[in-house]
Amino acid sequence: MTADRAGGPAAAPAGPAAGSGAAPAPAEPGPGPAAGGPPRRRGGRGRRGRGLEGVLSGLAVVAMAVFVLPLAGLVLRAPWDRTAATVADPAFLAALRLSVVASLAALAVATVLGVPLAWVLARRDFRGKTLVRALAVLPMVFPPVVGGVALLLAFGRRGVFGRLLDEAFGITLPFTLAGVVLAETFVAMPFLVVTVEAGLRSIDRRFEDAAATLGASRWTVFRRVTVPLLGPSLAAGMALCWARALGEFGATITFAGNTPGRTQTMPLAVYLQLESDPPVAYLLSLLLLAVSVAVLAGLRHRWLGGP
Amino acid sequence: MGGVGRAWWVPAALLLAACGGAGGDGGGAAVTPGATAAPAGVQAEAVVYAAASLTEAFEELGTVFEAANPDATVTFNFAGSQQLATQIVEGAPAGVFASADQRQMDVVAEAGLVHGTPRAFTANLLEIAVEPGNPRGVDGVEDLAAPGLAVVLAAPGVPAGQYAQELLDGAGVALTPASLEVDVRAVLSRVALGEADAGMVYRSDVAAREGEVEGVAIPEDRNVPASYPIAALTGAEEPAGAAAFVDLVLSAEGQAVLASHGFTAPRAGG
Repeated sequence: MTADRAGGPAAAPAGPAAGSGAAPAPAEPGPGPAAGGPPRRRGGRGRRGRGLEGVLSGLAVVAMAVFVLPLAGLVLRAPWDRTAATVADPAFLAALRLSVVASLAALAVATVLGVPLAWVLARRDFRGKTLVRALAVLPMVFPPVVGGVALLLAFGRRGVFGRLLDEAFGITLPFTLAGVVLAETFVAMPFLVVTVEAGLRSIDRRFEDAAATLGASRWTVFRRVTVPLLGPSLAAGMALCWARALGEFGATITFAGNTPGRTQTMPLAVYLQLESDPPVAYLLSLLLLAVSVAVLAGLRHRWLGGP
Repeated sequence: MGGVGRAWWVPAALLLAACGGAGGDGGGAAVTPGATAAPAGVQAEAVVYAAASLTEAFEELGTVFEAANPDATVTFNFAGSQQLATQIVEGAPAGVFASADQRQMDVVAEAGLVHGTPRAFTANLLEIAVEPGNPRGVDGVEDLAAPGLAVVLAAPGVPAGQYAQELLDGAGVALTPASLEVDVRAVLSRVALGEADAGMVYRSDVAAREGEVEGVAIPEDRNVPASYPIAALTGAEEPAGAAAFVDLVLSAEGQAVLASHGFTAPRAGG
């Protein structure tokens, strides 16, 4: 049963090494209840058990309705006959290009900075580590608009650090592509950090020890052993991070503003279109959705698991 | 930013409207064009969707309304008029719509949701908002095209953005805005926060944020006057409350409150 492996949502895509049980995963269920629990429940399954199944299945259907009904609304009301004109619209193409460029740049920044952060959180011991981890995942629970306000107060033209940037280098971040990338990185990087940290914790460290015993330097171990073992978690973390960056709205519009061709990404274009030409907004939503679904489908074999 | 925040009022307004309970017979107030006395004794809820620029003026009118009608309540949803029009057409339980331009009122009227005829209830003028002390020396519309000046406008779908574009076109000024905001108050915030050097807003907006921004007046002969229509809506769950609030806005008392916030009298025939 998959339930035995679930050590919290972040541990789910932990990869092939997850089953070994050698890593000190924080929320791993102890062997006692795992061994004793399921058989008893299985033995007691009767009329009452079937009632439970009915209730859970019913609620599961409601849960799916929460996802599916809004999609159905979009699909049913989208003006399909205007698809060709919308897709050929330069404003749409600019927004799509900007979305792709900004989200990939955010992904690159988040990977270069997030993997080391995950490594420190998983492998190093230091005072205040709990606090550091809490701060690192804070943007996941922050309303993005609040994140945007925080970015503005820190990196805006009058911001604490933004003023220094402006005075020293003449760099201002609001209303620029760099501002979009910063906003997206702020919101999306925690997803990568959490996933990669869980992956690092689940790696069997004996592989690394063995490599070191055989004379590999620490860099070689990291490059040739740790990173390959981390592969699936890294891919999952990068996918989550990229998807989050692609859909980012609140922090972007608050911090980077809405400048067509410069900071107006797809979600912003959808929001603005909804007020001037709603049907086109429905179409744009579906196109953005199609991009996300295509990526999810492409990654399905890597970490979502087959049907 | 402001528009996004205000959009969260929609579910809240819905909830409040649903909990509104009985009442609604009080006073039997109907839309009385040209009413000069503020209505009293109404026991109903008025759910008012109003243009962002009306925020302070309508909040004060809400206080006046609730003082005159102790058993009544007013619930506001302030956002860009274009956003409100979209919400109303999609079935938001609004009782009153106060728009910053006729175009958005037409959107709602064409959907058959207006009760009676919309009436122009106030007017406004455009003004350039700059940082206090006007450090960049913006003296008129022409100065907005200066290189390196970060100018923020409302998006073209927003009434304030529409008026601003009209004004710029009329003056022959071409500029690339640093950002197009979702409502006029977001433009104001960009200037107040120092992110933008200048923004095109209403005169009443500058008055609302005195000290945080400074206004550069635009001569009346070059200005594009904004006309605000108001109407009770067929979707009002408590029509008496909606009608009474419209009456208050059109009354002498309501007009005085609007004037104190920098709005001007509606133009004849508007």
